[in-house]
Amino acid sequence: MTSISMTVNGRKIQANVADNQLLVEFLREDLGLTGTHVGCDTSQCGACTVEVNGNAVKSCTCFAVRADGATVTTIEGVASPDGTLHPMQEAFREHHGLQCGYCTPGMIMSAIDLVKHCPDVSEAEVREAMEGNLCRCTGYQNIVNAVFAAAVTMKGMAK
Amino acid sequence: MNGFQMLRASTVAEAVSMMQANEDAQLIAGGQTLIPSIKHGLARPAVLVDLAKVEAMRGINIGPKEITFGAMTTHAEVAASADVRRVMPVLSDLAGNIGDRMVRNMGTMGGSVANNDPAADYPAALLGLGADIQTDRRKIPAAEFFVDMFSTALEPGEVIAAITFPLGATAAYEKFRNPASRYAMVGAFVARTAGEVRVAITGAAGVVFRFTEMEEVLRKSFTAESADGVVMSSDGLNGDMHASAAYRAKLVTVMTSRAVTAAARLQ
Repeated sequence: MTSISMTVNGRKIQANVADNQLLVEFLREDLGLTGTHVGCDTSQCGACTVEVNGNAVKSCTCFAVRADGATVTTIEGVASPDGTLHPMQEAFREHHGLQCGYCTPGMIMSAIDLVKHCPDVSEAEVREAMEGNLCRCTGYQNIVNAVFAAAVTMKGMAK
Repeated sequence: MNGFQMLRASTVAEAVSMMQANEDAQLIAGGQTLIPSIKHGLARPAVLVDLAKVEAMRGINIGPKEITFGAMTTHAEVAASADVRRVMPVLSDLAGNIGDRMVRNMGTMGGSVANNDPAADYPAALLGLGADIQTDRRKIPAAEFFVDMFSTALEPGEVIAAITFPLGATAAYEKFRNPASRYAMVGAFVARTAGEVRVAITGAAGVVFRFTEMEEVLRKSFTAESADGVVMSSDGLNGDMHASAAYRAKLVTVMTSRAVTAAARLQ
């Protein structure tokens, strides 16, 4: 066991973890943050995407001990404390960017990361940049619409 | 998943001594191949030596004649660097098309090179550009480094510290990606310098190789039409559920031709 500390959704956490515990297991099982999903467990589907030190990563392909000292944001940490949805969450709702919802937390974490790094992203770039997130329901069209719409909103808010 | 102990190195020398002191130890860089391998039981290390905190293995340095990447430089960092884009845009594009965004945020150049996956992108760039691999104990030219499938010239416990590419080539890389895994079914790296053309092929065989027959032709006439006329034998190429050896042989010519077109546009 190794003692680690990290900041998760603004909360300081101290814990003892096994060296082979995955970050996603730590988030879900130790912290109870079950919004981060495990879809494939083989780094393909992106359902486990979270933000670590400002970059989206697949938390099923990252050991918790290696996130020692990191600042982590999960889907539970993106809405405002008063419950107001993040523009990306709002856009997924508005544009019907989900059906079963299983991939949605990863989609949203990945899309927020994309727009943060590329505020002027085009629709074609959205399609390419979201290739690390798989959805088995929607056919992606509404997801692309949602991400593109949220990019416009987020850019407006940044001004 | 099998259990292991994670040791965190803070210098290259410390990583080397940790590797020497522990049997069945393995280095972990970005972990984007190693972690899935451990999950599947393909790798069963007793100890992992974590390189993430080795500051000396990070960063990009540009000299008058070369560009050096710390081995722990991520694909995302290479892709986003304005300096790399300015002096060696082919590497920006290559790095920006490895895996997906999340994988690129973790995966590293040194990890990819050390792993030597037969379908990885970086080995083609290193071989095509004539890069040097700097380890804790010596400098290894790319031509001697990539030995066979998942096998390199690295000795047990030897740590890649940095990778240096000579500047000055006009180069392009084109790959045909497997739509599911995103690995190259075939990737062709074409580099042209004064008087020399190099063509390095990944994905097609067990290990990256130079397509010397194509190089001869392109040295005389650097055009896509010339490339189109060079047929690759399918002998010894990979054939699997994704593509037959004959299909890969055809892809070698097509990807090389496209890379020549892209490189010619840069001149």
